[in-house]
Amino acid sequence: MKLVFERSRPGRRAGSLPRYGLPKADVPAELRRRTPPRLPEISEPELVRHFTALADRTFGVDTGFYPLGSCTMKHNPRVNERVVSLPGFRDLHPLQDEEGAQGALELMWRLQEILAEVCGLDAVSLQPAAGSQGELTGLMLMRAYFADRGEAEQRRVVITADTAHGTNPASVAMSGYELRKVETDDRGNLDLDDLRAKVDERTAGLMLTNPSTLGLFDEHIEEVAAIFHDAGALLYYDGANLNAVCGISRPGDMGFDIVHVNLHKTFSQPHGGGGPGGGPVVVREPLEPFLPVPAVVRDGDAFGLDYDRPKSIGKVRGFTGPFGVFVRSYAYIRSYGPGLREMSEVAVLNANYLLAKLRDVYDLPFDRLCMHEFVLSARNLKREHGITALDVAKRLMDHGFHPPTIYFPLIVPEALMIEPTETEPKETLDAFAAALRAIAKEAARDPQVVKGAPHHRPVRRLDEVKAAKRAVVKYGFDEHPDLSRTPSEGEALEAQKGA
Amino acid sequence: MAADESYPDDLRYHAGHDWARVEDDVATVGITWYAQDALGEIVHYEPPEEGASLAKDESYGEVESVKAVSEVIAPLSGEVLAVNAKVVAEPETVNEDPYGDGWLVRIRLSDPAEVDALLDVDAYRKLLEEQ
Repeated sequence: MKLVFERSRPGRRAGSLPRYGLPKADVPAELRRRTPPRLPEISEPELVRHFTALADRTFGVDTGFYPLGSCTMKHNPRVNERVVSLPGFRDLHPLQDEEGAQGALELMWRLQEILAEVCGLDAVSLQPAAGSQGELTGLMLMRAYFADRGEAEQRRVVITADTAHGTNPASVAMSGYELRKVETDDRGNLDLDDLRAKVDERTAGLMLTNPSTLGLFDEHIEEVAAIFHDAGALLYYDGANLNAVCGISRPGDMGFDIVHVNLHKTFSQPHGGGGPGGGPVVVREPLEPFLPVPAVVRDGDAFGLDYDRPKSIGKVRGFTGPFGVFVRSYAYIRSYGPGLREMSEVAVLNANYLLAKLRDVYDLPFDRLCMHEFVLSARNLKREHGITALDVAKRLMDHGFHPPTIYFPLIVPEALMIEPTETEPKETLDAFAAALRAIAKEAARDPQVVKGAPHHRPVRRLDEVKAAKRAVVKYGFDEHPDLSRTPSEGEALEAQKGA
Repeated sequence: MAADESYPDDLRYHAGHDWARVEDDVATVGITWYAQDALGEIVHYEPPEEGASLAKDESYGEVESVKAVSEVIAPLSGEVLAVNAKVVAEPETVNEDPYGDGWLVRIRLSDPAEVDALLDVDAYRKLLEEQ
């Protein structure tokens, strides 16, 4: 399809701004731009068609099944949108005084209380805007805690699993810690012998997802926690997979001291296109003094913002965090009420149902009951027919499904990581299983068809290597003389008046 | 063009899918055919600096493919004498010629006795069969 710049014709406009009666702002000459920005010039019907055509090509959880492992692409209930568009929430200014924002503050306070309960811990900061920022905040809290105890110089090492999300080692490096990786044993748990050999008085903490990215609950989690606590270190829980355990088991009870919650995954938020996300951090009581300011606090019937936290690591985001995300997640959690446990139970049930339907056609590297997701390997297809996980993923698109996560976790060759979530009916799971089984058969019978997939999507197989090496991220004005022409002084003035 | 599968018998191998060609106290180091095949086409190589110290079994750089960024593990300890500039400029050289033009670093060994602990080609092939 054409890019919006290719639809552009000089002088066309999609709207007109109202006249304004304000005096002209006094902008110093050197700060004024000499030429108008190079924006596409397009009429409203053409503009509507352009974006509708883009939307038609978009695949999201509202279009079809989206089992992208570790991303929890569940349905986003529409009641969330209704609640977040209530004028009192929608039109609230971030600088509104506390007295005029009591409802919003109460919602945040209640959300904090719920997250503390779900995690089995004591105190919450809603500020971090994503899981990755929650991780960084968590590690900053860890460092502040040890600095306060005079152990910051001594404790320089943070341990992650070899199955960890890539953000974990990245956060460790970002926060200035040294990284050590611990191996996975043959049941998919942390290797305890390897762990014992790596934890010592230099260890600040562990970062772990439980269930892991293999979709497996660590069977020795209490022993793992004891190894770290005995060494005076802390445990950080990456909440990416919290959807598996809500109301069933709690990170705090497992022994974790710091948790981040991905509101956009577990507690429903349209995500996947870059946001908005929410990554609140939940901590055990000794870490509370270090949480970001302001904290949302309650005093009787009044709610307020508390900046008086001398040991705080400071702010990690503007104002009090991504407020619209809080409203949607709060609405979501309250819709479930005490039945929140059912959300996780059905997520685990759906994953195990799908696993049972697929385990005889794809390799299963760790043969256990899974949690909310599971990891298969296409190495049998690769060995026998030269068909890789990438080929399988591309062929799934022809069947109308979003591919699962592939080639992750790194310890599983030709990995297919599948997370169906709790919001899919049995018919969808059956159709998806049938598609994956059909592809496995096709790999033996007609491998070239699988290798050439997708065949029925708007674009065919993309050149991912070229995209990685020679990414084109802006429009090539230089190759299009019509658009690269700089307007003359007169035209520029004309254009500014028009705007 | 990706190379055909091979494991030369004059090399020593590390379980992290690295190889070393040892000549006196100098070793040329790279990743094996199996490693480059598992990664797919390499799009970036992040090398160590010349003069840096490599520790056996520890990461000394990164190779990135469309699938993943992977650390490369030093099969032996030593000081970096040279980094393969051709691979920095054209990372796909690793896929085309993993044991020749696709070498990653050349090091002066700090402990030549470490070579004895590396695998020979038969032991490495056996390890691959278990993967």
